[in-house]
Amino acid sequence: MRLRITHRTEYAYDGPLAYALQELRLRPKSSHGQNVISWSTTVDGGSKELEFHDQHNNHVELISFNPGGRAISVLSAGEVETSDTAGLFGRHGGYAPLWYFNRITDRTRPGPHTRKIVKALGQEFADDISRLHALSAAIARQVSYLPGVTDATTLAEEALEAGKGVCQDHAHIFIAAARLMGFPARYVSGYLMMDDRPEQEASHAWAEAHIDALGWVGFDISNGISPDERYVRVATGLDYGEAAPVSGITRGTNAESMIVTLQVQQ
Amino acid sequence: MNGNGEGPREPYCEYCRWFAGEDPARLRKKTQEAETFFRRTGITFNVYGQEEAAERLIPFDIVPHIISDREWARLARGIEQRVRAINAFLHDIYHRQEILLAGRIPVDLISNNEAWLPQMVGVSPPGGIYTHIVGVDIVRTGENEFFVLEDNARTPSGVSYMLENRETMLHMFPGLFSRIKVREVSDYPKKLRRSLAACAPAGAADPPVVAVLTPGIHNSAYFEHSFLADQMGVELVEGHDLSVVEGRIAMRTTQGFTPIDVLYRRIDDDYLDPLCFNPDSMLGVPGIMDAYRAGNITIANAPGAGISDDKAIYSYMPEIVEFYTGEKAILSNVPTWRCSDADALAYVLEHLGELVVKEVHGSGGYGMLVGPAASKKEIAAFAAKLKARPANYIAQPTLALSTVPILTRSGLAPRHVDLRPFVLASPSRIDITPGGLTRVALKAGSLVVNSSQGGGTKDTWVLEE
Repeated sequence: MRLRITHRTEYAYDGPLAYALQELRLRPKSSHGQNVISWSTTVDGGSKELEFHDQHNNHVELISFNPGGRAISVLSAGEVETSDTAGLFGRHGGYAPLWYFNRITDRTRPGPHTRKIVKALGQEFADDISRLHALSAAIARQVSYLPGVTDATTLAEEALEAGKGVCQDHAHIFIAAARLMGFPARYVSGYLMMDDRPEQEASHAWAEAHIDALGWVGFDISNGISPDERYVRVATGLDYGEAAPVSGITRGTNAESMIVTLQVQQ
Repeated sequence: MNGNGEGPREPYCEYCRWFAGEDPARLRKKTQEAETFFRRTGITFNVYGQEEAAERLIPFDIVPHIISDREWARLARGIEQRVRAINAFLHDIYHRQEILLAGRIPVDLISNNEAWLPQMVGVSPPGGIYTHIVGVDIVRTGENEFFVLEDNARTPSGVSYMLENRETMLHMFPGLFSRIKVREVSDYPKKLRRSLAACAPAGAADPPVVAVLTPGIHNSAYFEHSFLADQMGVELVEGHDLSVVEGRIAMRTTQGFTPIDVLYRRIDDDYLDPLCFNPDSMLGVPGIMDAYRAGNITIANAPGAGISDDKAIYSYMPEIVEFYTGEKAILSNVPTWRCSDADALAYVLEHLGELVVKEVHGSGGYGMLVGPAASKKEIAAFAAKLKARPANYIAQPTLALSTVPILTRSGLAPRHVDLRPFVLASPSRIDITPGGLTRVALKAGSLVVNSSQGGGTKDTWVLEE
């Protein structure tokens, strides 16, 4: 499937910016099940400083904002050819060792609620993959999809306790629980083409767990499926912090508003 | 000075003949003269945790630590081997991790180690050099028997003392240096600059722009930072002087922005870049890790190099040297008990009175226990700390260190020393300055030489053949 993506992020500030640097992890990687045909990032109100690949082989662009500016917009757009791999991403590659994906981060630190959900799963499973699918379903049952309750800093344990959250919280809870069960796990930020409409509310997030027999396997907890050809993987990390589409520092002004417009279509 | 009780060791013979002909009162006066000299230069040392003595001189002893050309050659071979192995280890541990796959060191030692920086995974620094400057701490226990205490592969300090100690000695005893041929150390700053420049990234200026990054005047080694920048003829900068300009790290000058090719940073990894590491750091440069990973600047030493001089990794250095060089280690390692191991912990707790116990990430002699010198109460208190966090500690036997003479009120007296030679690594060569910083325990019988714990320094002589 060939997907066309247009992702615009606009920031507006209350006062003039003294200095701001932002890392963008917005460029999809060509990998198993997806081939990036064309991609470009355009910055209005700032300049591209440099680019590199981080420890997850994410393509990172560093941009600086024009000093004194009050607004900036980043347009990330391109075409990606995808295929359905039944959620299988394949053998582990790259220099980041598998054990790294067992590391606990602040956002994915397991607490009593995470331990409870893992314990409640029981042991009666034919194989690892059915166990993880059961975990995904249990999380979706306990944490209903409700935007506006949580934000980028919400911890897995907090969202689980609240019983409400978005795809990011689902992914964090899954990662925390999967690591607790001994599976290396990671966060994936990317795009999903919803079947019924081109305009998407936000970029999407899901999780991948590593199973010895299969390699990395994707789980979209919010939609209760494994990713198929409607999904585009953009960046991966131990949690949102390492895979965030935009992250950085701003100095000189406080409040900001952010408007994201995203289109994913065939 | 006495090898086996039958007169001075061979390298000291000529010095002893000279000493015998000197007036003891004049020599004692020279000690005071040295102090005045140091005060004038401004070389002082801030001791952490001693507010009232914020700026103190490190005591200087006028009797040099003398090493023969032959002894030095062996030491230098051993150090070079070790530094090569450390760089190979660092490249491996941030890439394929062959040494873990081969089971030569346990995965836990790396996977639970804060000094291993995930941000360095897959990063290959220019020229493959991770440790541009190393200060290997060495002690001697007998003829040709050297032990490495620590590898100091992060930002070893003390080289300014090596240079000032020699300058002071040359100033006070010019005749002595024409009588005994001692190898020079004064070209260290020139060599440092050359070695750093040789590690510049592709696309650097010709000659490459080098700068020294300091945390600022409140740092205990600020004197050394400004001294080295001055001696190399390069800029001394602080984090707020630097910013990202066209993808490079540039310093503000009167002519605008000048991009830096090689930054000799004297700031810990954690404070280097608030964008990448500790977000609260005011000392670092936002974006420098990104510029580094884009290949636009060399950071010396490389971020994450500290995983090689971690005290728990240290205990595996013989395996590390053998794994990467295919040779047996020339320099010995002090036998080390890792308290994370239950059997080792039990042994250490039984024998605290005989052992030296150190924090895995500690330095400067802080937070350590020297068993033979500790009171029963101190040992009991330390045992409690050890039991609470065993993995935080390693223990080593107290070595039968050889001694060198110092000048005391009642003449020459033996004291324990260690030696920190300074090593410069660049893609084409490893250069070891002949000599180094000799630290001396001023109390009779003491084994603690750290300046923060009341140790002193001396000039170190490597004799010309």
